[in-house]
Amino acid sequence: MAAHDHEHDHDHGHDHGSELSEMQLRVRALETILTEKGYVDPAALDAIVETYETKIGPRNGARVVAKAWSDPSFKQALLDDATKAIGTLGHVSRVGDHLIAVENTPQRHNMIVCTLCSCYPWEVLGLPPTWYKAAPYRSRAVKDPRGVLADFGVALPKETEVRVWDSTAETRFLVLPMRPAGTEGWSEERLADIVTRDSMIGTGLPTGLPKAQP
Amino acid sequence: MNGVHDMGGMDGFGKVEVEANEPAFHHRWEGRVMAMVRAMGANGGLNIDMQRFSRESIPPAIYLAASYYQKWFLGLKSTLVDRKLVGADEFVAGRSLRQSPPLPRGTFSVKDVARVTTRGSFQRDVANPPAFKPGDRVRTKNINPPTHTRLPRYVRGHVGTVERINGSHVFPDSAAHGRGENPQWLYTVVFSGRELWGAEADPTVKISVEAFEPYLDRA
Repeated sequence: MAAHDHEHDHDHGHDHGSELSEMQLRVRALETILTEKGYVDPAALDAIVETYETKIGPRNGARVVAKAWSDPSFKQALLDDATKAIGTLGHVSRVGDHLIAVENTPQRHNMIVCTLCSCYPWEVLGLPPTWYKAAPYRSRAVKDPRGVLADFGVALPKETEVRVWDSTAETRFLVLPMRPAGTEGWSEERLADIVTRDSMIGTGLPTGLPKAQP
Repeated sequence: MNGVHDMGGMDGFGKVEVEANEPAFHHRWEGRVMAMVRAMGANGGLNIDMQRFSRESIPPAIYLAASYYQKWFLGLKSTLVDRKLVGADEFVAGRSLRQSPPLPRGTFSVKDVARVTTRGSFQRDVANPPAFKPGDRVRTKNINPPTHTRLPRYVRGHVGTVERINGSHVFPDSAAHGRGENPQWLYTVVFSGRELWGAEADPTVKISVEAFEPYLDRA
């Protein structure tokens, strides 16, 4: 347990000094209670935090997208059953139920939201960013998606259908963005570098994709 | 419940503010709260729907002012009290004051971590076949339960089209209140923007929700 001596942990540079925030104290008290009751081992909590800080993030999703751009049969398998298809990739951690990949085309742009809370495909994108969980995005994405896209600097052609997926159950969604022109012959590794987190939520486009003029 | 959490279509919250290079957690305690919620869920102390209902039940003024992980913390505390796993007096004392019932799957330890970093399955078999098929026109029910539901207000009473059948899943409206998993068929139902927001709405916009069969009538 010495490696998990919480009394001497630092707060990632945010709460420097000897004075702990009220939240830090309240959360620490709760952790003490749950530990004393035998509900949790603090070392297991450390491992969960470390996993989301260092192991699971949008790079997982970017590799999936790069593979789909490079391999038509994988792309079809991904669109048919994303959970199953990603399970065949050795270098991406297994994803659980119930992931659905939705494809952007010149005719249709997809965007993911959770108006009720913060449902998000953690396994392929990591923890959701604060804006995804906050009121401005949750309230407007379903009513004014083009206005939200403008907040992100994205302007789609006027005739493009905008499809918003509200994640109101335990299904999760991953946007498969369009592969930018000029990337022919690129390796999967190089392609993965241009697949941004936001392009897989549908609030952004892969870097290097020329934006349409508003 | 018709809570402040049900935000789809509300106005006045302003622009989306993006933080560049956002860290996984802004404070160390946020990670601890996330991990405690996941651990207590994984070992059977509470389920995801109970957690959601506890956050939805935070008074609106507090809900809107609290940060995301503050809401998780408040929700976790109230669920632990409701489930009789921790007493309110123990939060005041900052330590355990009595023995509590063990979790169904025991102490959450390092060997359990992989179970929370891969999503569990919420799919359950049901005896009846699905009532709807892709292409069917459906109207969402006008329901306003004071309890947990995943049918957002902005789609209630509207006509949409079944696009996909996504299997049969644990029904949150039951599971949130300890009334069992009561699995139901789940559909992707798509609506036109004009159906939901009126004739002035952008004609190129379509919105879908994931709707459980009890939320739907044939249109």
